[in-house]
Amino acid sequence: MDPSPKRDNGSPDTSVGAPPSARRNTTFFLSFIICFILWLIFSGRFDAFHITLGLISSAIVSFLSGDLLFTASRPKGILRMWVRLAWYIPWLLYQVFLANLQVMYLTFHPRLIDKIDPQIIEFESRLKGDYSRTTFANSITLTPGTITVNVTVLGRFSVHCINTKAGEPLPGEMEKRIAEVFRE
Amino acid sequence: MINWLSAILVIGGLIFFFGGSIGIIRFPDFYSRLHPAGKLDTAGQLFTMSGIALYIAQDASLHTFLTAAKIVLIVIFIYITSPTATHAIIDAGVRAGLKPWTKEGQS
Repeated sequence: MDPSPKRDNGSPDTSVGAPPSARRNTTFFLSFIICFILWLIFSGRFDAFHITLGLISSAIVSFLSGDLLFTASRPKGILRMWVRLAWYIPWLLYQVFLANLQVMYLTFHPRLIDKIDPQIIEFESRLKGDYSRTTFANSITLTPGTITVNVTVLGRFSVHCINTKAGEPLPGEMEKRIAEVFRE
Repeated sequence: MINWLSAILVIGGLIFFFGGSIGIIRFPDFYSRLHPAGKLDTAGQLFTMSGIALYIAQDASLHTFLTAAKIVLIVIFIYITSPTATHAIIDAGVRAGLKPWTKEGQS
């Protein structure tokens, strides 16, 4: 009588217990590859001695801190996510360039004080994950005219805008594109 | 030809850096000064670094390619760290209780 309820309680733990070791291997392997590629680029020597050193130190680093780099619970989708992120970056660079020209225009404008109207605006974001919010906050800061002041746990963004025109498009298209990247 | 292109890129980047420096002086308060300081720099270093990378990579060999790859990595790291640092500075200002400059408060 007694063992059967115990087994019912115990079985979910064992089924959940299997994936973490596989996940740990995946994160170890991915961070090992990244560390080793960075080693090859930074050292620039391809003799056996330096490559062996690189293999050993990348293995040590990814063993100790491999779970810091990939904290996502879905390691399967992570490569596709990076590919989508790579597609997002050219658009971001284009926006950064356009917006930089605006700040340049403001900087060299003779009546600078009339042109600007700094204020802190707040809005709710529908992004949920840590990575997506960080990407969104950093993208806001990179596009001139706006700096992210704070992001609360509930996803409330405070943004410092240089004038009302800079703050108008937020959250807008940028949030849509980031939500597309992170599939949220 | 590539020399000219990289020179144009470096000069364009320097113009952005110059604008950033002028902006730090001309904007009215702490928060608005961070706008040119934190962002014209990222555009400036993007142009300058890509100009230098182009200049180095024009004679194609493995080592010049590796040097160009290092420069690209520098650009990527600055694009991650610069907004984070700007955010940390502006957040420190808000926590310390500094009121932002506004047009109404001034006039």
